[in-house]
Amino acid sequence: MLIDWFTVIAQAINFLILVWLMKRLLYKPILHAIDAREKRVAAELADAGSKKAEAQRERDEFRRKNEEFDRQRAALLSKAIDEVKAERRRLLDEARKESDNLRARHISALQGEYQGLSDEITRRILEEVLATARKTLADLAATDLEEQIAMVFINRLRVLSDEEKERLKSAFKTRSGPAVVRSAFELTATQQNAIELAVREILAFDAGIMFETAPELIGGIEFTANGQKLAWSIADYLKSLDKGVGDLLKTRYVPETGTGPGQTTEANGG
Amino acid sequence: MRLSPDDIILWRHGFFKLNATIVITWALMLVMAAGSRIITRNLSTDLKRSRWQNLLEIVVTAIVKQIKEVGLDQSERYLGFLGTLFLFIALASLCTVIPGYEPPTGSLSTTAALAICVFVAVPLFGIEEQGLGGYLKSYAEPTLIMLPFNVISEISRTLALAIRLFGNMMSGAMIIGILITITPFLFPIVMTALGLLTGMVQAYIFSVLATVYIAAATQIRNQGTGPLAH
Repeated sequence: MLIDWFTVIAQAINFLILVWLMKRLLYKPILHAIDAREKRVAAELADAGSKKAEAQRERDEFRRKNEEFDRQRAALLSKAIDEVKAERRRLLDEARKESDNLRARHISALQGEYQGLSDEITRRILEEVLATARKTLADLAATDLEEQIAMVFINRLRVLSDEEKERLKSAFKTRSGPAVVRSAFELTATQQNAIELAVREILAFDAGIMFETAPELIGGIEFTANGQKLAWSIADYLKSLDKGVGDLLKTRYVPETGTGPGQTTEANGG
Repeated sequence: MRLSPDDIILWRHGFFKLNATIVITWALMLVMAAGSRIITRNLSTDLKRSRWQNLLEIVVTAIVKQIKEVGLDQSERYLGFLGTLFLFIALASLCTVIPGYEPPTGSLSTTAALAICVFVAVPLFGIEEQGLGGYLKSYAEPTLIMLPFNVISEISRTLALAIRLFGNMMSGAMIIGILITITPFLFPIVMTALGLLTGMVQAYIFSVLATVYIAAATQIRNQGTGPLAH
């Protein structure tokens, strides 16, 4: 008999035991290990994917921030440049203004100095000329300068045109105070009388006349009444000399701007 | 002449006896269980793993894949039964290279036991999948007239399973035994190598047929609606 039934039963049981053993010892652990590994690989892949996505996101964020930073920097730089330009312009304007002021002050100071010098020179010249004239007259004609001046003033009154006389007369009619005769030197009583007579005679002037000494009228006499003035001064002859001195000073000081030397010696009439 | 290791009786007590088939089967079981235990004791879930673990993973995944290819989708459910069937028969055949070894599958009692296990497992899996009524109904398909033929087919294929494996294994051992008496050198070695191939083929055939039977028992109902119906 090829089939032994006990062996058949025993082998069937053996096989079932083996199935149980294999299930427990082989298939389950192996399948579990494979599943775990697959899960792990999947998890790692997912992790890598998420990390990649995260990296991508961070890269985008970084790029965005970088661009934003560049933009801000450019804006700040541009603003700073504008501010610097404005500041530069302001400072330049300020410096220019200050420089203009300085120059103006300088010019003003120069002009003041020039004026002072010019006045001084004129005064000295007049004094010298006057002294020279006085001495020359005394030596040559044995005549006093002051007396001659008074004479000249009276002559001036006499040679006035009728029209001028009328104008002066009408002006003196509405006088409000005494007339004043101012001279650079003390007039003698004779001279005062001569002048008074001449005035009363020529101009029909009947009010009181006061005599005053004014040293600034170098070698001159002036008659003032009611705003009208009649004067003679040696200064009139010195105008050309004064002009020559002014030109000389101009070339010496050479002021950049400003007015030239003004008329330093006022002389009316004549 | 001894045809089966059943005849080598080591111990007997009435109906109970301990013959070479049982003892060798125990030895194989021990080897398989101990080997699995040793290898799976330190299983790695990491990407790096031992060669033995790799080997077992290849074997197990190959079996799973094979079961799936035959048509059983839930292959893990049948893996215990079908995989063990294949591994046991394969190991029993591979060990024929060991001198003095008698394959337990060379015993008709063993092959019958395995065939009976398949014979029992098929309806069990079928009932589990389709329910008792559904499974029994499958015997009357396509018509009631086919019922006896289906039953006969069930029994005959179980017999065929048992006899085919027994015949092949026994004949391999017999041929080698005969050849050793005729040409003691070289030729028996060639035949042993051939026997290894035959053994592997038989293990494959046995387990694939069992798979096909189980698949047939569990998937009859689906055939009407599945793509195979057209």
